Amino acid sequence: MSVLVNKDSKIIVQGFTGSEGTFHASQMIEYGTNVVGGVTPGKGGQTHLDRPVFNTVLDAVNEVGADTTIIFVPPAFAADAIMEAADAGIKVIITITEGIPVADMITASSYIKNKDCRLIGPNCPGVITPGEAKVGIMPGFVFKKGTVGIVSKSGTLTYEAADQVVKQGLGITTAIGIGGDPIIGTTTKEAVELLINDPETEAVVMIGEIGGQLEADAANWYKASGSKKPVVGFIAGETAPAGRTMGHAGAIVGGSDDTAQAKKEIMRACGIHVVDSPAEIGKKIAEVLA
Amino acid sequence: MNLHEYQGKEILSSFGVRIQRGIVAQNAQEAVAAAKQLTSETGTSWHVIKAQVHAGGRGKGGGVKLAKNLQEVEEIAGKIIGMDLVTPQTSAQGKRVHQVLVAEDVYYPGETETNEFYMSVLLNRGTGRNMIMYSTEGGMDIETVAEETPHLIFTEEIDPAVGLMPFQARRVAFNLGLSGLAFKEMTKFVANLYTAYVKSDSSLFEINPVLKTSDNLIMAVDAKVTIDDNSLFRHKNYVDLRDVREESAIEVEAGELGLNYVDLDGNVGCMVNGAGLAMATMDLIKQAGGEPANFLDVGGTADAARVEAAFKIILKDPAVKAILINIFGGIVRCDRVAQGVIDAYKNMGTINVPIIVRLQGTNADIAKELIDNSGLDVMSATEFQEAADKVQQVLA
Repeated sequence: MSVLVNKDSKIIVQGFTGSEGTFHASQMIEYGTNVVGGVTPGKGGQTHLDRPVFNTVLDAVNEVGADTTIIFVPPAFAADAIMEAADAGIKVIITITEGIPVADMITASSYIKNKDCRLIGPNCPGVITPGEAKVGIMPGFVFKKGTVGIVSKSGTLTYEAADQVVKQGLGITTAIGIGGDPIIGTTTKEAVELLINDPETEAVVMIGEIGGQLEADAANWYKASGSKKPVVGFIAGETAPAGRTMGHAGAIVGGSDDTAQAKKEIMRACGIHVVDSPAEIGKKIAEVLA
Repeated sequence: MNLHEYQGKEILSSFGVRIQRGIVAQNAQEAVAAAKQLTSETGTSWHVIKAQVHAGGRGKGGGVKLAKNLQEVEEIAGKIIGMDLVTPQTSAQGKRVHQVLVAEDVYYPGETETNEFYMSVLLNRGTGRNMIMYSTEGGMDIETVAEETPHLIFTEEIDPAVGLMPFQARRVAFNLGLSGLAFKEMTKFVANLYTAYVKSDSSLFEINPVLKTSDNLIMAVDAKVTIDDNSLFRHKNYVDLRDVREESAIEVEAGELGLNYVDLDGNVGCMVNGAGLAMATMDLIKQAGGEPANFLDVGGTADAARVEAAFKIILKDPAVKAILINIFGGIVRCDRVAQGVIDAYKNMGTINVPIIVRLQGTNADIAKELIDNSGLDVMSATEFQEAADKVQQVLA
């Protein structure tokens, strides 16, 4: 078992023939991911990387049974690509694109709310189920198969965590990069919930950063769930200066709960094994699984 | 992107939001000319001189003053322009004022008392929708209001499918205790303000105060406007509104080189790929007994040119006693980064602070060999903790 993506996922790439799409699709295929085709409007009927190119996501769903998509479409068109995928009946929509206007994401997230799909990202490294499917831009070799689930807002910090876990002789069920934008499709709580409910996952690493309420929500959910699966947590940004990116009014909505310190306290109170040093994520997971 | 008050007001006004009128001036003479023009247009002979800097709390620092005649306009503008304005939101050195807004006095006496409100438009991250936050307690710190009288803060969340509905605008006006002309004015103000927020792709509007004048007009007396940087591609006319004088010079320079850099007060510089790992690296520096001197995300392509640019930026800070480079090579190969570090180091000549390079991921072993055999005064590490230990060692 695993969550979100596996060897049977039928994956398409939106923005397939662009440079980013081409590069990462090649890497995904090389990893053994089941990429069944791609979408580039106007290039339907062509073949790219030995896979069919479709004009629309709906064509890809009808002709090759696509159920998962990864989006590399440029920021100006990415929200439209998300909505097109949702409209076509794609179940898992993984959006790598960085720099989508917030207004566009407000529209997209409202549009997909009542559709039967799950959005991951945007501005995320993607999702990987080692040995089965790499639907993202992460270096596949770092992730070995195992029993630890990873949820993270950040790209390279996810790789760091996976590397530490693997060096402890453990491995990963699924690693989910949820993305760092103000509006994301799948929250920390939802991703943690998916992994806690996955029978193969024995422990979860949850990596957050300053700002927002996502980690606190996840921690409170975890406590209420009564789950016995251990969760190891780290929050980046203890030393980051306050108020650099958030405006006056935004800070009110966030309250004082969004500093690294405050988040860690909430997580600890909810039974999460919090590490203060980012170098100790692997050690701690080995310890709680021992 | 943050805007000046006068720029924000121009945007508001272009969407039909009533604003306190004003003219921006670069020196005392221009301020006098501006005051004369305002007098001819509005009839008022009193003016408010307001420092235009990107910081709140300007009044508290002496950056907002009333002038009752042209001589006072000249004196006050002359004093404010060129001063280093210290407010609760600036550093102790303050911010240099380059221009002032000469604005009409809108607190004139009349049939009713004037009244100040607070209003902002922003994203509710929890729901993924915009909301209008407002309060009867205008003109003061909204943080203070939130702490002392949270029941006086109201919110109105907007469904993106239909936009702001008239009943919502009415609710705002009712909650603010308005009636008659002022009520009508407020519903129009709220509707236009929200339209301006959406059409300008802003990520924050903060209008404090929103004023009910003595003749029951509703207007924006101040405006803090932040435009969503990601949307600038479709608002080419806003790009010129950026005032780099308001930003840290070194951060502007780093930005031009494609580096995401934030200047901090510590003694250990760092160069990292990825924002999350960069923050984690800063935290680790602190735990190793140092203080991070900066946040620096070199991005995906850490080649010699970028590494050299990053070195130069970091070394501009005389407080830097050591540099930690932490790269997790995924798509970017560690050996290429290592070669980049070596080339940059050689191009730079002498670097007088110890450098610790931690490369992990693709080809990390080859990278370590390259660094170790380079003959340069650079320490290599592969594990995160090892890098921290070496930082501790060089600081000792």
